[in-house]
Amino acid sequence: MPGQAAELVFDEATKQYEGRDDVAVDHLSLTVPAGEICVLVGPSGGGKTTALRLVNRLIALTSGDIRIDGTSILEQDVVRLRRGIGYVIQQVGLFPHMTVEANIGTVPRLYGRPRGWIHTRSQELLDLVGLDPSYAKRYPAQLSGGERQRVGLARALAGDPPLMLMDEPFGAIDPIVRARLQDAFLELQKEVRKTVLFVTHDIDEAIKIGDRIAIFRRGGRLAQYDTPRAILDKPADDFVAEFVGADRALKALALRTLAELELGPPADGPRIPRASTVRQALSLAIEKQAQVLAVTDGEAVVGSVTRDALLT
Amino acid sequence: MIVAAGPVIPNFGSGSSCEVNNGWFCTEWVRQHWSDTLQPALFQHIELAGIAIAVGFVIAFALALAGFRYRLVDPPIGIVSDFLYTIPSLALFQILVPFTGITLLTVEIALVSYTLLILYRNMIEGLRAVPEEIVDAARGSGFTRAQTFTRVELPLALPAILTGLRVATVSTISIATIAPFVIAKGLGQPIYAALSQDIFKTEIFTAGGMVIALALVADGLLVLLQRGLTPWVRA
Repeated sequence: MPGQAAELVFDEATKQYEGRDDVAVDHLSLTVPAGEICVLVGPSGGGKTTALRLVNRLIALTSGDIRIDGTSILEQDVVRLRRGIGYVIQQVGLFPHMTVEANIGTVPRLYGRPRGWIHTRSQELLDLVGLDPSYAKRYPAQLSGGERQRVGLARALAGDPPLMLMDEPFGAIDPIVRARLQDAFLELQKEVRKTVLFVTHDIDEAIKIGDRIAIFRRGGRLAQYDTPRAILDKPADDFVAEFVGADRALKALALRTLAELELGPPADGPRIPRASTVRQALSLAIEKQAQVLAVTDGEAVVGSVTRDALLT
Repeated sequence: MIVAAGPVIPNFGSGSSCEVNNGWFCTEWVRQHWSDTLQPALFQHIELAGIAIAVGFVIAFALALAGFRYRLVDPPIGIVSDFLYTIPSLALFQILVPFTGITLLTVEIALVSYTLLILYRNMIEGLRAVPEEIVDAARGSGFTRAQTFTRVELPLALPAILTGLRVATVSTISIATIAPFVIAKGLGQPIYAALSQDIFKTEIFTAGGMVIALALVADGLLVLLQRGLTPWVRA
């Protein structure tokens, strides 16, 4: 079975559906380093889902190539290729006639893993995605939407794939649960360190989740590919600037933590942990009408930050 | 008209007063003729219907595989099974006898023809109703086409397939009573015999009642099978 993380390379990858003039994905070239989350974002019809489905060959490339750890997807047996790639979709697509455990065991079963191994693995994975192990015997119909997507994530992780494809995985979930799932996913990613290709139409989700963001424009062309901060600081063109939103400077505040700032000497003021984002600190300063915040690490005040410093 | 010579009802007219007066239901007659008339007819009836349902199921399943995989062949299969279903059974016997004779085969061809439409339709609709995203998840997880079919599409179509099987079973058990127009078998036999003997009520009611009871029991067993095979439906 596969393991760890793989580098993913799109090399002039192109998809044009037969009988159509417009191109779904147009000479896409980008590299996702091993262990990073790359978010594909853009307007609907931008080709981001098509680009994702090219990777596990649910859609066939028209031209160009895609390589996983240096090996072209075209050189591999398609079924084996897919078993080595975790796949999570918006509608989850859990098998309704199988228990949660059997769903999670989908890929290991295809690999011929014994029942006992699958049981142990599914218990581990339920724990990893934040569900009680007692869920193993339930059927998907007995779960909430958020729980189903957690199981979907566990199923995708069960074969320990080096690459995960996630197509709007949290798109059909209400905002509160979505935020919780995003946090849970980021926590989990710290542990499993997979290479992840993640499609969303929500720029805020992209900024929160992505190590890198690829912004698509209509016609399947890549408009910009960079870290969230670089995209917010220096949008490549008007399209990107408009897509990330007029409040991009405010969004950027959520990407920096107080730990990255030069702090002043400890001072009195509303207390805020050092791991907080600049955005959270600013919000607190506005709420408390404070010019100075006391920055804490555990119980101890380790420094201070002024409202002006947060804004620069 | 092809009519098998039915056996004369034993002791009709010389039994109890109930029988002599052709009462609504003579328990004495039923008790006396259970083993020589009713029980054999019941077993024959189960055989007639059982063969038809089993053969019909196999044929319908093969057709459904073809119709599901190749959409082009679905309409012709549908039209043919529709057409077979509309032929009156007595007419179908007339058509078949010159080829297959006064045989069990003739009866079974007719009975099987009537199961096809119900079984085929339910199978194909059940398979088509499997949500696209579930098939997408299966393929994306690395199922082969055959695995997608046997492990995902077929199990998810099972409730519909078994529902079709229940309807086909009940209707075949009922339709099988026309078998005596060709061969002297099944619960249609005592009914036919009683009709030709001044309408002997006890025999008609008993045999007719046995047909209904058999249909209900078979349906009940299939419901249990359905529950056993599709535990997720009630989850």
